[in-house]
Amino acid sequence: MKISHKYVPVIILLGGVILFQLISTLSGIEYILTQMTMAGYYAMVIIGLTMLMGYTGQISLGHAGFFAIGGYTSAVLTTQNLAALKGTGLADFIMNSGLSVSMTDTYGQELVYLSPWISLTLAILITIIVAFLIGIPILKLKGHYLAMATLGFGTIIYRIVLGAGIFGEADGISEVPAFPVLGGLSISGDSALRIENYYIAWFVLGVGVLLLINLVNSRAGRALRSIHGSEDAASAMGVDTARYKLAIFVLSAVYAAVGGVLLTHFNGGIGPSEASIMKSVRYVAIVAVGGMANLWGALIMGVLLNFLSLRGYFGSYDDAFFGVILIVIMLFFPDGLLTRDNFKGLKQKIQRLIAREKRTAE
Amino acid sequence: MSFEQLLQYLLSGVTMGSIYAIVAIGYNIIYNTTGIINFAQGEFVMLGGMTAISFNFFMPLPLAIFLSVIIVSFVGAFIDIVFIRNLKKPSVLNMIIVTIGLSTVIREVALHIWDEKVRSLPYFTGDESSSINIFGAYISPQVLWVLGVSAVIVIGLTFFFKYTLPGRSMRACSANITAAQLCGVNAKNMVTLSFMLSAAIGAIAGTVVSPITMTQYDGGTSLAIKGFAVAILGGLGNSTGAVVGGIVIGVLEALSISILPSAYKDAIAIALLLLILFIKPSGLFGSSEVSALKEY
Repeated sequence: MKISHKYVPVIILLGGVILFQLISTLSGIEYILTQMTMAGYYAMVIIGLTMLMGYTGQISLGHAGFFAIGGYTSAVLTTQNLAALKGTGLADFIMNSGLSVSMTDTYGQELVYLSPWISLTLAILITIIVAFLIGIPILKLKGHYLAMATLGFGTIIYRIVLGAGIFGEADGISEVPAFPVLGGLSISGDSALRIENYYIAWFVLGVGVLLLINLVNSRAGRALRSIHGSEDAASAMGVDTARYKLAIFVLSAVYAAVGGVLLTHFNGGIGPSEASIMKSVRYVAIVAVGGMANLWGALIMGVLLNFLSLRGYFGSYDDAFFGVILIVIMLFFPDGLLTRDNFKGLKQKIQRLIAREKRTAE
Repeated sequence: MSFEQLLQYLLSGVTMGSIYAIVAIGYNIIYNTTGIINFAQGEFVMLGGMTAISFNFFMPLPLAIFLSVIIVSFVGAFIDIVFIRNLKKPSVLNMIIVTIGLSTVIREVALHIWDEKVRSLPYFTGDESSSINIFGAYISPQVLWVLGVSAVIVIGLTFFFKYTLPGRSMRACSANITAAQLCGVNAKNMVTLSFMLSAAIGAIAGTVVSPITMTQYDGGTSLAIKGFAVAILGGLGNSTGAVVGGIVIGVLEALSISILPSAYKDAIAIALLLLILFIKPSGLFGSSEVSALKEY
């Protein structure tokens, strides 16, 4: 079987994911898989944002808003107990048509809730509509104006989830039920399902990356790269830049929303801090470290930095750390850390050092 | 709504609006000389308030304010000399990202220095219970301080940019940086000066408003967004526009409290910002000829 060159990193990723699980299980630190799962869902936002920032050169300081739209939509829809609403038209329809999941809660009460598959679909639909409506006017803007407009969008979402009763105000929404996937598998924080959830998250992330890789290497991808190179030149060559930018904006919003939905079901809840501006700034920082138009760089950095942050390695300097990253990257590595040039430079430096060592030895 | 109530809302709107206008003018000064929007502008306001509060523990109020303004303006100079000047690729996107990074770091440093507590300076004259009756509406004397200081800043800046050599050099840089350099203007120093000036103005705003709105480590962000909304509404770079825009947004916000829950107060200014950006990004006072040549 001939394997296309572009899939080699995917196979390496698969190997790495399995290796990580085996090592952590064998060395008795399996609990870190929980943070790896969460980091995987956050990385969904990052790879989507990389498409937007790297390939179309548009900044978004509002992606935490889309993450929150996804998470909160699913959380609100699945925490309504339909058993209590039995007899009303809509609830009966949902229950009879198999769109619901029923179980008994810890107190033996009957609990029927909307299938998370439906809420996921609705969350994606809502995100597409919002991103589309806001994207049309926003993407006409450039530079500062675009940055501030997306920041404004993010702030409005944050204020809404913080102020509206239906979203639980400052407490957020808790007791979000598990997301049944296939067979007995479900996305939930149940520690018995830790390894399964780790693989589910990475499967989702893997599929997400695969789709984007194919997109980048398609006709649309070439158009996107031409926009990245020079928007005016691309436009002159007949690339409909406005349409592509809007499409990528919506696509990246959907990635963020899917990450939000799945993480909310995994954590069993969501709070307003997920919609905060600092979260958006953090996503931008990670994309910048990964090297803007570099999917793999973004993926690796997205997982690594989110994992370290979730494990609490940055302590109370968590937000400050991401601020410092932004500054350092822009000052010293405006093309990101994981670029070929950096590796080449490193290799040359090492070779030079070795040569010097040899000379002094002689 | 009775006349007195309306007047009360209007007055509080104008007070907050003049603070937004000062923040917007801070944006304009840097924007005019460099073309950068400094996302850390709100942090200057917070820093001004915070340092003055700390100094006020062991020195009289006027001296504390004076020192805090000096210190914050040096923070502004530091930001330009260390970070903005050394950017490898000074594209708009990169500059935005750097100033966002800086604002985050300043906020977090402030959190570690001053913790999360809400603080405030004492009232400049009188105290929280003293009030002045204007046509049935009651205002605190601090409101007069805010309005007075804002007016002095606007008039002072107009004078500075029109009649002094550094002010005129800064305007020359904004008009045509190459031509200005050929005439012997040190453009780099002018950029530093613009950062100092806008930091100092932000700090002054932070001190006068502190007795009314209180100061907290993360208070800069919402001021920054609203200040930007005001700057856009008035036309980026236009200081007279900023004053009008500030009053418009301040009053709208104050009136919105009587209709919507105050939790959404911030959302009003931002929704307005989005609306302006979508409809007329050159602002109320931006000329359409200039905006046709500009990219938004």
